[in-house]
Amino acid sequence: MSERRIIAVLLENEAGALSRIVGLFAQRNYNIETLTVAPTEDDTLSRLTLTTIGDEDTIEQITKQLNKLIEVFKVVDLTEGDHLEREIMMVKVRAEGLQRAEVKRTADIFRGHIIDVTDNAYTVQLTGPSDKLDGFLRAVGETTVLEAVRSGVSGIGRGDKILSL
Amino acid sequence: MAEMLSGADMLIRALQDEGVEYLFGYPGGASLHIYDAIFKQQKVEHILVRHEQAATHMADGYARATGRPGVVLVTSGPGATNAITGIATAHMDSTPIVVISGQVPNPQIGTDAFQETDMVGISRPVVKHSFLVREASQIPEVVKKAFYIATTGRPGPVVIDVPKDSTDPGVMFEYRYPREVSLRSYNPTVRGHSGQIRRAVKALLDAERPVIYTGGGVVQGNATEELGELVDKLDYPITNTLMGLGGFPGTDRRFLGMLGMHGTFEANMAMHHADMIFAVGARFDDRVTNDPAKFCPNARIVHLDVDPASISKIIRADVPIVGPADAVLREVNEVLDRSLARKPDAIDREALAAWWNRIRQWRCKHGLDHDQRHRGDSPLLPQQVVQAVYRATSGDAYVTSDVGQHQMFAAQYYKFDRPRRWINSGGLGTMGFGLPAAMGVQFAFPDATVVCITGEGSFMMNMQELSTCMQYALPIKIINLNNAALGMVKQWQDMQYGGRLSHSTYRDALPDFVDLAGSFGHTGFRAGSVKELDEVMSEVFSPEYADKLCLVDACIDPEEHVYPMAIKGGAMNDMVLERQTASP
Repeated sequence: MSERRIIAVLLENEAGALSRIVGLFAQRNYNIETLTVAPTEDDTLSRLTLTTIGDEDTIEQITKQLNKLIEVFKVVDLTEGDHLEREIMMVKVRAEGLQRAEVKRTADIFRGHIIDVTDNAYTVQLTGPSDKLDGFLRAVGETTVLEAVRSGVSGIGRGDKILSL
Repeated sequence: MAEMLSGADMLIRALQDEGVEYLFGYPGGASLHIYDAIFKQQKVEHILVRHEQAATHMADGYARATGRPGVVLVTSGPGATNAITGIATAHMDSTPIVVISGQVPNPQIGTDAFQETDMVGISRPVVKHSFLVREASQIPEVVKKAFYIATTGRPGPVVIDVPKDSTDPGVMFEYRYPREVSLRSYNPTVRGHSGQIRRAVKALLDAERPVIYTGGGVVQGNATEELGELVDKLDYPITNTLMGLGGFPGTDRRFLGMLGMHGTFEANMAMHHADMIFAVGARFDDRVTNDPAKFCPNARIVHLDVDPASISKIIRADVPIVGPADAVLREVNEVLDRSLARKPDAIDREALAAWWNRIRQWRCKHGLDHDQRHRGDSPLLPQQVVQAVYRATSGDAYVTSDVGQHQMFAAQYYKFDRPRRWINSGGLGTMGFGLPAAMGVQFAFPDATVVCITGEGSFMMNMQELSTCMQYALPIKIINLNNAALGMVKQWQDMQYGGRLSHSTYRDALPDFVDLAGSFGHTGFRAGSVKELDEVMSEVFSPEYADKLCLVDACIDPEEHVYPMAIKGGAMNDMVLERQTASP
């Protein structure tokens, strides 16, 4: 059965390392829903989070193939255990006349912040699991959304377990 | 104080320090500084090829025959792209080669400079790892890492892309070759999990219809001795993959022959009916399993491989063991000894005897040597040619091949008793592999008998190397199974496309291969019948030609097919055993 997985990868912060990961997914026909990567507190390392959809066998192969890459230290399927996931979205929403109050209210309900204002639009910043961001977009309605940019998912395990060298 | 060397000199010195004997290469603009460094020394011998693809196959053949990494040097752009086929070949068959490619100078990278290509990018899907040398000072460490990565764990090709300015003869660095290297993110498994090993031994002992199925991992992993010991203890039937031939003696009574698409009837039947399969260094390739959903329905699978990603990739393993074949098999043997000491009747000898009886019936019913295809002496059959080579070389030659019918005939009819003797492009199936691979082997073992069993199609893909063979006096014996067609393509067209031979023949446009060999300064022979074949063989393998390259143009029956052949989409016991449709 196919399901969405969040995979965290710790890798060398080196030129070319990211392209090997992206290349691997393309080469082996694995799907990438979102991907986000940045250096960690140790700037010789990068932490990458990707979400993918696959059945158990595919996810097993993905983690194994990722582990095979020379520059990859650790690969964890966060969805195997308790974890936190967050995505940040900035969305420019049409806000004219009566709509202005409605958009503001909806943003408040979703604990969003309005971070930019014009006569015709609000830019709302939202943070949360991906489905919360999806929910906001549905709530304000497609026609009011002018532009949305999402960071992709970042994930971390709950509790004392850490992903480090 | 450390010696001061330029980047180019450091590169060559690092190869010396790595113990490299041969560098297979072809010069060009981006690698000129390196070539000048080669000129100034004698320790690493450079072999000038005629095409970069051939250079990679030579390095590959050298690596497969010796177990030591083969090394290639090409220039940027077309030199680099020409090497890709050979790199991909080595990647699919897990052979350790290091390919050094020239690159345009750092400041020009990305500008579409003359002979620029993104070698790291273009090779990425077919390498184990790659490096771009941004700073000349990194050269010794990068070389050390490249050889370490290429040769450890599951071996594979490593590319080092060297921008020309990193090899500037005018800029000097302190040269120190690292004694060892550690990569914090790369730690191949060196021993198996002891709990899994115990479970594997239990599965082996519980089996009533066992088959041991081994692949290239036994050959590459130098685990032949350990495997032999295991089979001696158990007396279980064993089959090898195409890549695994020679991992267990081909003439041993426990050996069922090769399995898979063109494997023996008994090997495939035994696999299909087994209740336990012990896979060692094999990867359940689609040319072995046929339809994975129908694969060995009643078997427990114990899978030992150095690469965790090979385990449960195609067929789910009941007992997975990650580790090098030699070390793990050693432990398996020890645990097995202890188990058998505690319980001498742990192996169900009665069940095993019954199992062997079934196998013997399969074996005599449909062995490869059934008479039908070997009667008479005209026209010449490819199988007869391979058997003649086997006899003439006392089964002790290094045999290389390309891909196609000739490859399967060689695999079926040459019995390999030792590892690293059978060298072919298994995974990628590269035409043009055989001759250059044979050259790499001959460089490694100048006194050995090296035979390239090829077909005229494959041979023509790298026949320019006959010139290299002349330059370096390589006494290779080329057996050209000439059926004037792309045989395996033709076979599929005969069987599955109603005999419509779409572009698998050459309409009399083939060269005279005897003359061709002559024009390169070698000796050509022709054999079109069994009688001629016997005469030619005794001449070619006589002392008179020991120092000469001979090409035997064996004109074989163009209608011959390779059998057995798996039925597409079937299980392993679904095979065609002889020609069913009349040829057009």
